[in-house]
Amino acid sequence: MAVRVQTADFDVGAEIARLRAGDARIGAVASFIGVVRDLNDGDAVSELTLEHYPGMTEKALEEIVAQARSRWDIYDALVIHRVGTLKPTDQIVLVITTSAHRGEAFKACEFLMDYLKTGAPFWKREQTPAGSRWVDARESDDAAARRWS
Amino acid sequence: MKPGETQAAVVRILYFARLREALDRSEEELVLPEGVGDVGSLLTFLRERGGAWANELAPGKAVRAAVNQDMSDAQATIKGGDEIAFFPPVTGG
Repeated sequence: MAVRVQTADFDVGAEIARLRAGDARIGAVASFIGVVRDLNDGDAVSELTLEHYPGMTEKALEEIVAQARSRWDIYDALVIHRVGTLKPTDQIVLVITTSAHRGEAFKACEFLMDYLKTGAPFWKREQTPAGSRWVDARESDDAAARRWS
Repeated sequence: MKPGETQAAVVRILYFARLREALDRSEEELVLPEGVGDVGSLLTFLRERGGAWANELAPGKAVRAAVNQDMSDAQATIKGGDEIAFFPPVTGG
């Protein structure tokens, strides 16, 4: 399964080992791990809650993975995104790509993250000292995704 | 069904995140009113409920839509049996 949406944490080492197990064509593995910070827009964040659209979220992620596969010469890709309530220092998202050489692995990994941030239905709500609030989308994320088109 | 009778076109509408809270609704079933055949006209119809509906779905507000779990724009056609979702711009990752 190239895509997983789950409340549970993930083990990066175990996921990388599983993705490249026994595949001697692989010369490069790139990974990205998104982590909860304790600060956003100048305010302390004590908790983050992620909502998603069951069904569409998985479908959107699978489509993004399919796009990455068609654009770069990668052997495999994995996306894990957590939902539910998380705390600062918790892992949120993992993207892994495997390829013969680093260039394709790096690019596909970055593309997956950029597209995920603007095209997969997840919404963050954060708890600050002033109460809880929905996180607004950033223009810088849209700009990052546009670089690839 | 008798001749001349048409079956009501029912759609399922889902609301997420800020919209779900502001509209106090996560989903509903709606018989498509006459003349409502795309996402844009459905939004116009929902706005006419007034109050939070008029505010949250006002033109210029950042509202995204999906039809049958595909991101869609205002021109996307809708028909009975479709699953339509409205939500704010996404903030995952």
